[in-house]
Amino acid sequence: MSEKTKNKNNKGWMYDELFPDWREWPIAQMGRNRSELVKEVEEYTLKAVHDATNNSRANLNDELAKALYLERVRISQTPWKADKPDEKAFWGSIKKALLKIPPDGVAPEGQDEEAILQRIVERYSDEIAGNFNMSAYNFAKGFTTFGFARLLNSWNVFGMRTLRGQRRELHEKIKLVGAIDDIRNLATKGTVIMVPTHFSNIDSILIGWAIQSIGLPPFVYGAGLNLFGIKLLAFFMNRLGAYKVDRRRKNLIYLETLKAYSTLALRHGSNSLFFPGGTRSRSGAIESKLKLGLLGTAFEAQRLNYIDKPNDKARKIYVVPVVFNYNFVLEAPSLINEHLKRAGQEQYYDENRSGSSSINMFKFIYKFLTVQGEMSISFGKPMDLFGNDVNHEGQSIDRNGRQVDIMRYFITNGVITHDQQREAEYTRMLGDEIVKRYHKENMVYPSHLVAYTAFQIIKKRHKKLDLYSLLRLPEDDHTIEYNEFYETIERMVGVLKQMSAEGKIRLDDDFDRFDTKGIIEEGVRNSGIYHAQRPVKLTKEGTIASEDFNLLYYYHNRLEGYGLNKHI
Amino acid sequence: MDLTSTFNRNMTVGVVGSGSFGLALANLLAENRDVILYSRRSEVADAINANHEIYGKKLNARVTATSDITEVTSNCTLLFPVVSSLGFRQVIRSMAPTLRPDHIIIHGTKGLDIKFPVQDLTATSTLSRGQISTMSEIVLQESVVKRVGCLGGPNLASEIMQGQPAATVVASRFEEVIHEGQKALRSRRFQVYGSHDVTGIEIAGVLKNVIAIASGALGGLGLGDNARALLISRGMAEMIYIGKTMGADTRAFIGLAGVGDLIATSSSPLSRNYTVGFRLAKGESLDAITKTMTEAAEGINTIKVAKALVNNYKVRAPITEALYRIMYGDMDIKQALQYLMEYP
Repeated sequence: MSEKTKNKNNKGWMYDELFPDWREWPIAQMGRNRSELVKEVEEYTLKAVHDATNNSRANLNDELAKALYLERVRISQTPWKADKPDEKAFWGSIKKALLKIPPDGVAPEGQDEEAILQRIVERYSDEIAGNFNMSAYNFAKGFTTFGFARLLNSWNVFGMRTLRGQRRELHEKIKLVGAIDDIRNLATKGTVIMVPTHFSNIDSILIGWAIQSIGLPPFVYGAGLNLFGIKLLAFFMNRLGAYKVDRRRKNLIYLETLKAYSTLALRHGSNSLFFPGGTRSRSGAIESKLKLGLLGTAFEAQRLNYIDKPNDKARKIYVVPVVFNYNFVLEAPSLINEHLKRAGQEQYYDENRSGSSSINMFKFIYKFLTVQGEMSISFGKPMDLFGNDVNHEGQSIDRNGRQVDIMRYFITNGVITHDQQREAEYTRMLGDEIVKRYHKENMVYPSHLVAYTAFQIIKKRHKKLDLYSLLRLPEDDHTIEYNEFYETIERMVGVLKQMSAEGKIRLDDDFDRFDTKGIIEEGVRNSGIYHAQRPVKLTKEGTIASEDFNLLYYYHNRLEGYGLNKHI
Repeated sequence: MDLTSTFNRNMTVGVVGSGSFGLALANLLAENRDVILYSRRSEVADAINANHEIYGKKLNARVTATSDITEVTSNCTLLFPVVSSLGFRQVIRSMAPTLRPDHIIIHGTKGLDIKFPVQDLTATSTLSRGQISTMSEIVLQESVVKRVGCLGGPNLASEIMQGQPAATVVASRFEEVIHEGQKALRSRRFQVYGSHDVTGIEIAGVLKNVIAIASGALGGLGLGDNARALLISRGMAEMIYIGKTMGADTRAFIGLAGVGDLIATSSSPLSRNYTVGFRLAKGESLDAITKTMTEAAEGINTIKVAKALVNNYKVRAPITEALYRIMYGDMDIKQALQYLMEYP
């Protein structure tokens, strides 16, 4: 981390703001010119829908009918608080208009498919578009900092501190590691897309905080429409540049409008945030399959940037994988339960868990308040859309150190062409690369290693049991003798250090600071620290045991996918 | 950038490798396009340019040869590397400095690549999927080219040279690559199918060489069509089992590039791999055979890789096992045959 920018700012941020004049922020400009942006989204969407329907009136009619049907089903079957009150009336009028079109012929202008499409797209565009507002941003900035400090710094709850002091505390609690200087540099040269892993609901707030901490203006991101049902949240998200994504809607016209918004935000140079995993990781493992929908808009925007300027003046888009590293995930118990249900279907019985009795709740809060665990956010090395490294000037460099002109990836027979299938394939390749980078950026804490090792030792002991039988073993079968555990951990630390030296994974500096005994103690102490039932604990007899084997499995999953089990 | 200056590049196609399949491919392509053919030996290139003929094989007048690889990469956007799998990575490396993101590469090499010499593989070696690269994976690893595809199917070079009707499969994850490949290759005597399953098509083409050697051995023993049909159908099942460990989909095996290629190479004395098996059965040693062959029979190396895969993934593969022991171990062909007939 460069000392130049660190801690210089009198407001207490770690990094200077890169663009102190917020009026220059593309996201602020988008907010100021919202009505123009909405118009732009409309036009863009209309063209995209025409392309998708091959400019055929009959195809368009089909898509309209499909959209109408799906929307009416949605309205009656999954109504949400955040829905507009006139939904029913609007789609009722669309239905009428569609019925008026003669089946065999052409409707008069203003009443034809085109006019109906326009009405729908207008409505969608206005609903999706965000509404950035600077004073709300400033307010939220203070709010998250304050709220976070309370959440993570238990003893702060009991004492008053200045906002400034708390910010410092927060940075001690949450380490920001990785290619921050590179990201800051590239943010001055092109458009940055961050693609974080997703483990906890706290992530979207955390990434917002992290982005402002490294001195970048706020990022545009799509937030679930359901969240807008909560009024206070809606108030802020509306004004923080979030646009609305309604996951219930799968009709072509809606999806094209959504893509149009994301594409145009990127085209305007707004840094953007996608959670490519789609939802939180249920298993606790790092995402291995990504949902690529909106990531594809990056290729669209990059191609259009090159059509504007077919040379190295074109604005480039850079991708930054981000990994959240936690000792604990607040909602782990419910996540892993959902995962096991989904994966195992009837194989898995959710026995009544005793997690919510008042004694356990007390224990929960107590642990919550006395927690000393830390967390970190690793910023991966920025890359271009094709997985190439980029140099200080933002140029793409291939594995052999040669400069790559990535514009040519969009070229067929000498000209830049729009080939949907090709770009879908590029998007898939980028997704694979992001997953690879996640594994490299993943930071191992002693608590992860302890959970992984404990689970694998027990699994190895019961080779013939499938996962579900394993999870239902009686508690007595979960205990591991300290010596066996010690030896395995020692071996694993060696393996991890080797991997870390080869750049395959990150290791927390606890692994340098402590000996094996210390690592075990630290790991057990921090393992799932907030949970009423501990995934790993040291018993009075000095053995290793688990109070909640499902949770142990959840935290163990964090180190899956590295082939570490062959060292157990 | 001046895009118009690149226009010519898009009408000229490059073939890298002047083996018998490279020559056949060049002739096929020359029916539609100008072709630049790369040979690493300048005397071959010179001979082609002087007489449009090499090794007694006539070449279309639209084929120009060169021994300078950059001539090919800088003048053509669509490239067909057809060199042996042993030299494949090196050839791509030599092309890499002049390859650009708009190049399209469709290879015609039916072999696999491992990071160390194949000779180091023994009867007990194991290989996992991650240690093996297909040819298209090599292109992705070694160059900036992303638009990659492969050729599959029964393409006996000498029949193509004679102008007999045939067909091929162009496989790529990119629609565009399939389309460009079809445009360049399709003619009245050559049908070109498309597929999106690159790995499947590559693996099917690779594994069939093992069965082709076994089939040649049956031929060498003078056995008839019952035995061959038995071998081909059981061999097909074995290919699918081994292919699955490489991530290949079953469907690829039942198409032109799988069963089609298998039938052609397993019944034709024109096939190099068949010839290896045939001569083994006639009592020649593997060393003696390889020394007298002008071009590599891919199956000789593939069987080692296949055996190591079988060892690792515990696949049921009696033909591969028996053939491995004939070629590199303790079994003679008659014992192997008995072993197979009695295999449970």
